[in-house]
Amino acid sequence: MDHPVIEAQNLTKQYGNFTAVKDLNLIVSAGEVFGLLGPNGAGKTTTILMLLGLTEPTRGQVRVLGLDPTRYPLSVKARVGYLPDQVGFYDDLTARENLSYIARLNGLSGKELNLRVEEALEHVHLRRVADQRVGTFSRGMRQRLGLADVLLKRPQLIIMDEPTQGLDPELAREFLGLIHSLKQEGITILLSSHLLHQVQEVCDRVGLFHRGQMVLEGTVPDLAQKVLGGAYVIGVHAEGSPEELQNALRMVSQVRAVHSVASDRYQVEAQSDVRAEIAQAVVQAGGRLFGLTIQHQNLEEIYRRYFEEAKDAQAA
Amino acid sequence: MLKLLDSWRRPTEREGSPWIGLGAVLFKEMADHLTGARMRILELLIVITAVGTVYTALQNLNRNNSEFLYLRLFTTAQDPLPSFVGFLGFLVPLIAIALAFDAVNSEFNRRTLSRILAQPVYRDAFLFGKFLSCLLTLAIVFAAIWLLIFGLGIVSLGVPPTAEETGRALLFLIATVFYGGIWISLALLFSILFRSPATAALAAIAVWLFFTVFWNIVAGLLLPVFAPQQVTNLLDLIAVWELQLALERISPIRLFAEIAVILLRPAERSLGIILPIQLDRALLGAPLPLDQSLLLIWPHLTSLIAATFLLFAVGYVIFQRQEIRA
Ligand SMILES: Nc1ncnc2c1ncn2[C@@H]1O[C@H](COP(=O)(O)OP(=O)(O)OP(=O)(O)O)[C@@H](O)[C@H]1O
Ligand SMILES: [Mg+2]
Repeated sequence: MDHPVIEAQNLTKQYGNFTAVKDLNLIVSAGEVFGLLGPNGAGKTTTILMLLGLTEPTRGQVRVLGLDPTRYPLSVKARVGYLPDQVGFYDDLTARENLSYIARLNGLSGKELNLRVEEALEHVHLRRVADQRVGTFSRGMRQRLGLADVLLKRPQLIIMDEPTQGLDPELAREFLGLIHSLKQEGITILLSSHLLHQVQEVCDRVGLFHRGQMVLEGTVPDLAQKVLGGAYVIGVHAEGSPEELQNALRMVSQVRAVHSVASDRYQVEAQSDVRAEIAQAVVQAGGRLFGLTIQHQNLEEIYRRYFEEAKDAQAA
Repeated sequence: MLKLLDSWRRPTEREGSPWIGLGAVLFKEMADHLTGARMRILELLIVITAVGTVYTALQNLNRNNSEFLYLRLFTTAQDPLPSFVGFLGFLVPLIAIALAFDAVNSEFNRRTLSRILAQPVYRDAFLFGKFLSCLLTLAIVFAAIWLLIFGLGIVSLGVPPTAEETGRALLFLIATVFYGGIWISLALLFSILFRSPATAALAAIAVWLFFTVFWNIVAGLLLPVFAPQQVTNLLDLIAVWELQLALERISPIRLFAEIAVILLRPAERSLGIILPIQLDRALLGAPLPLDQSLLLIWPHLTSLIAATFLLFAVGYVIFQRQEIRA
């Protein structure tokens, strides 16, 4: 495909005087999984609504699959699946009936309709309860039904607003697995979430929103480089005199800081992976080394650090 | 200015038909209406009213006069019970409101609306499907009631209805459905305006109450404002009279009552005062032929339909611009 799946230029949404999204530039290419992050009220949902043509942008351009969603809403909506943040169903209808209605709205009928509905139910493992009223469904089952509803139209792009919110860890993992398998099928995915380790797990790239602006954007290592200055955090488990050990650790080249976490555990921040040098230093200082762990670059850390700095900058 | 022009142009430039998906929406809504518990209650209400009033009408019917026996089933009243037509005047609005007051806001509250509108259909199809399903449901229910009344008539009167009676009853059925249409579009409008179904229902009932109870009083108060100050001759008097009629006819309830009289009591000649010119071809007391009756109620029917369209259009414009968040 020549053009990107999502392309936004100077996208802005104002509610009266309040700017919910400001000058957003975003490009998501085919087959990518892109994560929108940011605190509550940062403008993630508003961005999603504009991409779908569910609300009109105040300014700026959007192209979804090469089309303007306000000019070609039907073509866009026929190809894009949307899972809202609080997905609702007709509680007195069964899961199958709910899906059939959506399928009919997508112009399906007869055999093809039944085929697609069964396929979608199968995909999210809901066939067993397909003839149960949705009113009896648990939160997790509803969320999976929401995904089935999106898969019905065999979308090229899926947009999900906080898809794993309210799911138990096991189900959240299963949901992430489903997202992963969709990516394997070549479907482009845009999702927003507050659960950073999950985002890190499934997303190729992330964008960090803050007060309506996308302040950071890139792969997780990119962001780590930008925010943490490429720091490596190494956990050390060693017995020995704490002062001597800490001193020895500080002497290792490229180490920037050493914190004591517990009586026999330390956290070392370094500019590169200096695990071998640390081992040597501990032994030379007469300590007994039990373990060395390197913490991989962590979105949680990046997020925390970014907003700490933002707060400091504001206070200054 | 350019942006304004743009927003005007846009609807005509939209891709595809606005009615894609109308069938799907209509099908689902009809199924909901016809199987819902609300429908059972409404049906029970009308059946009781129909059987009750027709039964008393049968008791009081003057069978020696065989003219329009069946139509008199609809209109014969016995104190303290009004006739079936009298009941219809306020039952139809009530049923229409009951069908439509939560059409849009319930979808919003159930959070199904954003999921529906993320499908490749226009909001036009969604809204019109809602309206049409209410109207069709109303039509089905009243068609059934009409059949029930005619059935009761055949069993107890022992004579079949004449072609003209059937025609008039059928026309009255259509007029009743149109009369329901105006209340449906009103309730639909409120269901778009108010997020809470209870508020929407209350607002619609308030409008209905206003026209049922207070409009005649208001019309009486308004009359001196518009009427000529001094009434000196007959022409002025007629002018005042016509003005009063026009004011009263703003109420759909009044329009419906007049339609009922013309269609079901063919012997009543005119709705206003009768001028000698109008008496021209007519023999006083002889029933008006069906085509003449139809001519008389034509303006009534068109105003009912026009008001329905207007209310629907207002709702449509508001709904188009609403942002659907969750
Ligand atoms: N209709 C509206 N009128 C005025 N302000 C609004 C409206 N809708 C949203 N906002 C504001 O726009 C901002 C962005 O909201 P948005 O829902 O996009 O945030 P979000 O990033 O999705 O937050 P969350 O993580 O809580 O879902 C919020 O501050 C909200 O108060
Ligand atoms: Mg949100």
